[in-house]
Amino acid sequence: MRNCPATVARCRILFRLFLSFSALISSPAFARAQQNNSREELLVLPGEIGRPGGRLVVSLRGEPKTLNPLIAADARSREVIAVMQADLIHINRATQLTEPALAKSWNISPDGLTYTLVLRKGLKFSDGQPMDADDVLFSFRVYLDENTHAPQRDLLIVGGKPVAVRKIDAQTVVFQLAKPYGVGERLFDGLAILPRHLFEKPFQEGKLGQIGSLNAAANQWAGLGPFRLKEYVAGQRLVLERNPYYWKSDAKNNRLPYLDELVFLFVPNADAQVLKFQSGETDMISQLGAENFSVLSRQQNGYTVADAGPGLEYNFLFFNLNDLGEKASADLQRKQKWFREVKFRQAVSAAADREAIVRLVYQGRGTPLWGLVTPGNKRWNDANLPHPSRSLDRARALLKEAGFSWTTAPNGESTLQDSDGKPVEFSILTSSTNADRSKMAALLQDDLKQLGMRVQVVPMEFRSLLDRVTQSKEYDACIMGVASYDADPNSDINVWLSSGGTHLWNPSQPHPSTPWEAEIDRLIEDQMSARTFDQRKKLYDRAQEILAEYQPMIFLASPDILAGAKNSVGNFHPAVLEPYVLWNVEQLYLKSGRENAAL
Amino acid sequence: MIRRRKLAIWLLVLGALHAIVICAGFFAPYDPVEQDRKNPYMPPMRLHLLDTQKHLHLRPFVYVFQLRPGSFDQYVEDPTQPRPLHFFVAGAPYRLSGFLPARLHLFGAGNDRIYLLGTDAFGRDQLSRLLFGGQVSLLAGLLGAGFTLLIGWCIGAVAGYFGGWRDDVLMRLAELFLALPWLYLLFAIRAFLPLSVNPLHAFFLIVAVIAAVGWARPARLVRGIVLSAKERDFVRAARGFGASNFYLLRRHILPETFSVLLTQAAILIPHYVLAEMTLSFLGLGVPEPVPSWGNLLSNLQQYSVLVSYWWMYLPALAMVPFFLGYLGLASALQERADPYKIERRSLGSLA
Repeated sequence: MRNCPATVARCRILFRLFLSFSALISSPAFARAQQNNSREELLVLPGEIGRPGGRLVVSLRGEPKTLNPLIAADARSREVIAVMQADLIHINRATQLTEPALAKSWNISPDGLTYTLVLRKGLKFSDGQPMDADDVLFSFRVYLDENTHAPQRDLLIVGGKPVAVRKIDAQTVVFQLAKPYGVGERLFDGLAILPRHLFEKPFQEGKLGQIGSLNAAANQWAGLGPFRLKEYVAGQRLVLERNPYYWKSDAKNNRLPYLDELVFLFVPNADAQVLKFQSGETDMISQLGAENFSVLSRQQNGYTVADAGPGLEYNFLFFNLNDLGEKASADLQRKQKWFREVKFRQAVSAAADREAIVRLVYQGRGTPLWGLVTPGNKRWNDANLPHPSRSLDRARALLKEAGFSWTTAPNGESTLQDSDGKPVEFSILTSSTNADRSKMAALLQDDLKQLGMRVQVVPMEFRSLLDRVTQSKEYDACIMGVASYDADPNSDINVWLSSGGTHLWNPSQPHPSTPWEAEIDRLIEDQMSARTFDQRKKLYDRAQEILAEYQPMIFLASPDILAGAKNSVGNFHPAVLEPYVLWNVEQLYLKSGRENAAL
Repeated sequence: MIRRRKLAIWLLVLGALHAIVICAGFFAPYDPVEQDRKNPYMPPMRLHLLDTQKHLHLRPFVYVFQLRPGSFDQYVEDPTQPRPLHFFVAGAPYRLSGFLPARLHLFGAGNDRIYLLGTDAFGRDQLSRLLFGGQVSLLAGLLGAGFTLLIGWCIGAVAGYFGGWRDDVLMRLAELFLALPWLYLLFAIRAFLPLSVNPLHAFFLIVAVIAAVGWARPARLVRGIVLSAKERDFVRAARGFGASNFYLLRRHILPETFSVLLTQAAILIPHYVLAEMTLSFLGLGVPEPVPSWGNLLSNLQQYSVLVSYWWMYLPALAMVPFFLGYLGLASALQERADPYKIERRSLGSLA
């Protein structure tokens, strides 16, 4: 019984997948202009027809810092910006494929260097001002301007040169790349087109970073997303209202979005979010932990919870492989000698009981992992990656080969020691606010005890943990999780490249410190400029295999994406990509006439 | 007589409770850190004497729990599989009260497992963890109270007896300590310490911190008694006969403080057990997997545990008899300490 809703939801997703695919194949359905209004070319979305009106309330992990996409660095701001802004080409969160957005069609030249995008006609910002190629040009000028310090700038530097943007006519824009870019049109996802009429003056005055505060009056802000700013109450909520100029419609010519209002309540704690959802104060919930998911599914009362399947989050253990030279304490230097031993890391990996992690931490709602790409990422998952089952014998054999031995204390406890006779002891850092990872650490601690390693688990506040790992580099080992924002390997590029800031075991290296890291760098860079998917996949698979062999990250498990919504919410189809439940916010609607949640 | 009997009863109760915790290895069926990964969050098994056919069995037994298909933490009792309890069985090795190696357990079920108080997230036996956790929490309380009273006694005696600038300095220091926000102080201390603290160090750190923070109140109490005692006629007389400071303190003054110290001890110990639980609950205490009552309760910080698994609350109940015992002891001690003793003795010396 308990699994029923989840299965139903999965079927719905499959159905949606099918719909989207068929829509893509018969591409005119997407790109064709809607003729009832000769000035506007609305994007017609397939899917269930909804009811207009109503207010949807969701909780947000905390207060967003800004509405300005140029300075937004925190997840909460990005979540809000995602429903207020729009991009030229968008990645469908359910199919994980690109589809037309502000650009109704696009064309890539055979050499992969020129992208020609044709914009929709009659587009308007949420304040009613028209949008055309000049806004696109302006947006990319802002993104690429060095003084703006936009986080998007790095994405637009291809082959060492910024992307050149050229206007052909009011509806056509050409992007010129210096080098073929394997990511292709996915590049445009998430790059919001900015309102030139509002941004030009602050940009010329160099004040772009100062605008976009939540306190600004609603008429000073505009976007192309389905919702626009209505009201902000500090510490409590952010109220967005329907953008009447939004450029999508359903199959029956109703302009989207259906909802009149979208409200974000600021609820900083995951458990408090569950309580708010249970008491009916919010209509939807996402990023549910497995334990809270089972609490909700046990006492279902007017709501449905859904398991969208494995997501893109990967949790892993890594050792401190930084080359610290003289700075490292003698203790850490001694430990790093073990950590640098590939067989030591392989032994730890062989001893990790991934099945137990999935069962005890995720209550079965997760997948064991042996690589960075999760099964949720269907296109890029390497089916040939070995999945060795847990074996303490193999782990012991590996340790013995690497020169480790065991001594047995009088009470029968055996202790692993290195070739110098020192006992193998180290600590694992985990984030104290993440109960899942603390549990993983406790399980690993017990697994490694069976190899005679004495492991201490050190829970730590997440920011100081991050500081230790990336700045002071004083730690032995750490358990962390990363959620890729896109299925394309491009989103993990900073984890892969030895020069990347999130190459966690040894970040921001000037030169790759090991031959295999150099090899991975080469593969990842080659795959970025490879033309076809097959070529890229081959290179990327090879990189995954190297990672699996050298185990700088010992991958553990990936949780399913769990979400819930009131039964009155229509078109609820959680996706495994962020934003998990709001990705189709323009199609969400309320089934009954009454207002759902009161403020 | 009644007073004395009351004291004896409370001492007996506390003695029995402590004996159970000291001999945790014997009363606990399993090793407290052993994980049974197939059985997470298993509810407590009920002891039966009557089977499904209403037949009486002399040996208590439990029915095995089976995981409900497709579920992770929902168990159903399987009445076809009784599992009898065996008494005085050999099992997991342990050290009785930390020293004597032994294998004998009060009960067990052969190679099968019995969870009378259920299991936690890792399938660890909650009963065993509760008993072993008591060792950590109670020892922290006892040692912490002991150190506190020792420090407070010395400082109070010095301040009260010698007076003057010593009294001023020590008492201002005591006021400073009373005003410290000690929880934040603890966070600060913990942040300065090395990353990984092994359980033994963490334990002594807690004890030291609890003791260092709490000495001010007993010191002030002791100082008050010393102040009044040193002005008594018999003390003055002894001084007149040429008694040294040390002799006066040892023979006449400090004995007056003993009854207060005892009562203070009976009040402080449960408080300090609670302090240990608070610290461990906040993750500042002994690290996983070593159990302590605070550690066990820290699971309840998660909403899902709070609403799903009632047996995770049991460690909070465990301390109730200890608290009642100590508070009963404290009141019995207070009654026994005759408030007129000093008066009568000074009258006697006059006569």
